[in-house]
Amino acid sequence: MAVDTASRPSGSAPARARTRKPRSGMVGSSQAGRWWLYAILVVAFIAVVAPFVWMVLGSFKSEGELRQVPPTWLPESASLDNYTQLFDKLSFGQFFTNSIIVAVVVTAGNLVFCSMLGYALAMLDFKGKKLIFTAVMTTLMIPGVVTFVPLFVLVANAGLIDTLPGLFLPFLVSPFGVFLMRQFILGLPKDLLDAGRVDGAGELRIFWRIILPLCGPALATLGILTFLGSWNNFLWPLVVAQSEDRYTLPVALALYSTGQNSTNYGLLLAGATVVIVPILVVFLVFQKRFIEGIATTGLK
Amino acid sequence: MTAQPGTSGSTGPVTPPAATPPGRPDDRSPRGADTGGSRRPAGSSALREGRAAWILAIPFCLLFLAFTAWPVVQSLFMSITDTRSRDLRKPFSVNIIGLDNFTKALSDPLFRKAAANTAYFVLVGMPLTLVMALAAAVALDKGITRFRAAFRLGFYLPVITSIVAVAVVWRFLLQDPGGLINTALGWVGITGPNWLGDPKWSMPSMILMAAWRNFGTAMIIFLAGLQAVPAELHEAAAIDGAGAWKRFRYVTMPLLRPTLLFVMVTTAIGYLQFFEEPFVMTKGGPLNSTISLSYYTYQQFGFGNYALASAMSYLIFVVIAVVTAIQFRLLRERT
Repeated sequence: MAVDTASRPSGSAPARARTRKPRSGMVGSSQAGRWWLYAILVVAFIAVVAPFVWMVLGSFKSEGELRQVPPTWLPESASLDNYTQLFDKLSFGQFFTNSIIVAVVVTAGNLVFCSMLGYALAMLDFKGKKLIFTAVMTTLMIPGVVTFVPLFVLVANAGLIDTLPGLFLPFLVSPFGVFLMRQFILGLPKDLLDAGRVDGAGELRIFWRIILPLCGPALATLGILTFLGSWNNFLWPLVVAQSEDRYTLPVALALYSTGQNSTNYGLLLAGATVVIVPILVVFLVFQKRFIEGIATTGLK
Repeated sequence: MTAQPGTSGSTGPVTPPAATPPGRPDDRSPRGADTGGSRRPAGSSALREGRAAWILAIPFCLLFLAFTAWPVVQSLFMSITDTRSRDLRKPFSVNIIGLDNFTKALSDPLFRKAAANTAYFVLVGMPLTLVMALAAAVALDKGITRFRAAFRLGFYLPVITSIVAVAVVWRFLLQDPGGLINTALGWVGITGPNWLGDPKWSMPSMILMAAWRNFGTAMIIFLAGLQAVPAELHEAAAIDGAGAWKRFRYVTMPLLRPTLLFVMVTTAIGYLQFFEEPFVMTKGGPLNSTISLSYYTYQQFGFGNYALASAMSYLIFVVIAVVTAIQFRLLRERT
């Protein structure tokens, strides 16, 4: 590439460029000339965020107001009726608890089991290592839709349909988690291992006390992505949770929105808010880690 | 900060799964070779290491075998049997019927309709999502200097939300009389269509919603890719007289190709399985205009036709594998 050689005198070239064409806007200009770009971005921003604002505002509106044409933006008389109905008449408290339990157990399982194997694959030498790694990598790409029918039969035969373990057991480990942890641990200095051994620490103790504490960033990324995936998971809980007691939030919301409450707008908007807002809060708290996680792993 | 030091540079996001699964173990395990040599003489320590490794590996392996490996194998087996829901408790009463389920699925007009709808969703939805994501990423990377983080956060917001909840909200937004979208269109004098009620518009509505929800992920990955493009290259091209578009086309795009490939593959894989949208918004209607492969498979499962559903899901998997392979071929060839 010709540009390669042109970039050699990197000290002087950019300087010359700058004097000839002052702030040509390549590396980001502060010129007001960019106002149109800001305008487009602001419109896009509103288009992206507005549905959420409308959802939250709508959840405080009465049924009558939600049916008004044209629709209102701010609630005329805000009330918590939709939420009291959601938690008293329907058992959204139970669904919320189910979602939390499943997400927490799944996240914990992935953090523990995936980091264990990730460490073994990255730093230890053992028979069968290559086989395990190949198996994990080839299943990384297999989508859930391929396995859900036999998985259902398996879980049904184990008597776990309509139970909480049935909801979380299949997701306790993920090939993606192993891949992520292994990649991270590969980057840690191998000397740590030898230092630990010289100090007489057992193999498992080295993992637990030396390696794991250094895996903070990778564990955070894996934890956040796993929790998010579990919280939003739909197809599997839809087929496994068959009585209301076992519904997770997305299942409850989807079934209500297509069932007899399908026209109860206020209730459904409040339900959607209950599904989205907790994860939104978690996201805003950890957003830096979230976005780094996406950028570095490229998977959601 | 890099959460994955193992993968480095601009190709970071691309190294994951698909790239080179089988080749990986060889080039990644030299650690075993060099340290193994020094430890072998001790004998018992290598033994201890192997034992510890297996203790660490066992929980994963058991869960993986039971809930991933076995279902993958079983899925293929089930698809050549006549398993139905009543066979659940007596797995040995099923008969092997060969490829009947596959021929049945492929000759089913509704399955074909679902396949066509899914193709429509992917072929329109994926480019739309990518263009939106790339435009946003370029604007945030080079175009503006202020509020970058705020825009990035806002654009990423829909990605973390549950598709079910989003679909519930969008169903209201898209309502024909009185929906927010048609009201907003009315302000500028446009009479919006009956989005979800009109077979012509139901699929575009879903594509729009999917692009809205998903472009944030692609944008973040593009941003990471763009930041890896050396500024000197742009400056050099500018000196040579290349305008903004030419710099984008001939400097940025070639360097972004691996990132683009990765985003295309993952977006296509995700879209090929779209399910929640028709489930919540249309139940596959109107006139089956939004029935997707996953949704139809789920319906067959619901009817108790387990073997047929298995065959269908395997077909989806084959399509996913083929699409992935083609995209790799296409993007690799041009580099």
